[in-house]
Amino acid sequence: MAETQRPLSPHLQIYKWQVQMVTSILHRATGIALSVGTLIVVWGLVSLAAGEDAFHQFKICMGSPLGMILMIGWTWSLFYHLCNGIRHLVQDAGAGYAIAQFVRSSWLTVIGSLVLTLIVWGYVLSAGGAA
Amino acid sequence: MSANAKDLRNPLKRARGLGSAQSGVGHWWTQRTTAVALIVLGVWFVILVLGLLHGDYATARAAVAKPWNAVLLIAFLVSMFWHAVLGLQVVIEDYVHTRWKEVTLLVVIKFIAVLCVLAGTLAVLRIALGA
Repeated sequence: MAETQRPLSPHLQIYKWQVQMVTSILHRATGIALSVGTLIVVWGLVSLAAGEDAFHQFKICMGSPLGMILMIGWTWSLFYHLCNGIRHLVQDAGAGYAIAQFVRSSWLTVIGSLVLTLIVWGYVLSAGGAA
Repeated sequence: MSANAKDLRNPLKRARGLGSAQSGVGHWWTQRTTAVALIVLGVWFVILVLGLLHGDYATARAAVAKPWNAVLLIAFLVSMFWHAVLGLQVVIEDYVHTRWKEVTLLVVIKFIAVLCVLAGTLAVLRIALGA
């Protein structure tokens, strides 16, 4: 695409893995996953408006084993993107740029998103499953 | 653009102010604004859905029909798809290097997002207005 042959940055595999790299890549990956998940939100609302049969069909799909696995994945993606998004907003404000803070906030997002996912699905499963 | 010999302006002149794309920091700023909205609306949406886990069809419809819920759901749909389009746009610009494929994808995600927002909003309104 570029007319000039600009130098490329070194490829990813030569770097030693650090948590900040993981949080950055996951932000993108979960963002793409959530973009697909938006379609499920619309499907749910449209089926709710369409009538009881359509909504029942929607609930059966979401309550199936595959549906549950996808929903757990989307729950974690949402909480991860939420936690890391807040982290990015803080950084956009100019705070938290010291390396130690950067690493700590990275771990905080990863662990926080897992804890929130566990809380939600612990509630869902203890309350007798979805749908 | 750079091949246009009649344009005697220095490239820096075009890049100053709103930049070469003439949209300035609009993309960046809108992405952050929708992100802040989605912190609130996303958490609210998860709580709404969790509250409806064991409700039947009528309960779910009644919840969506409440004016505040209907308004916040539509706000959630708009900010969610807007944010998704802005995010996917960056991903496409980064990884799709064939110009026509890039432009096609950029247009397609916008069409899908607008249709989904309209379909979801119509669904909420149908439920809220008792159609």
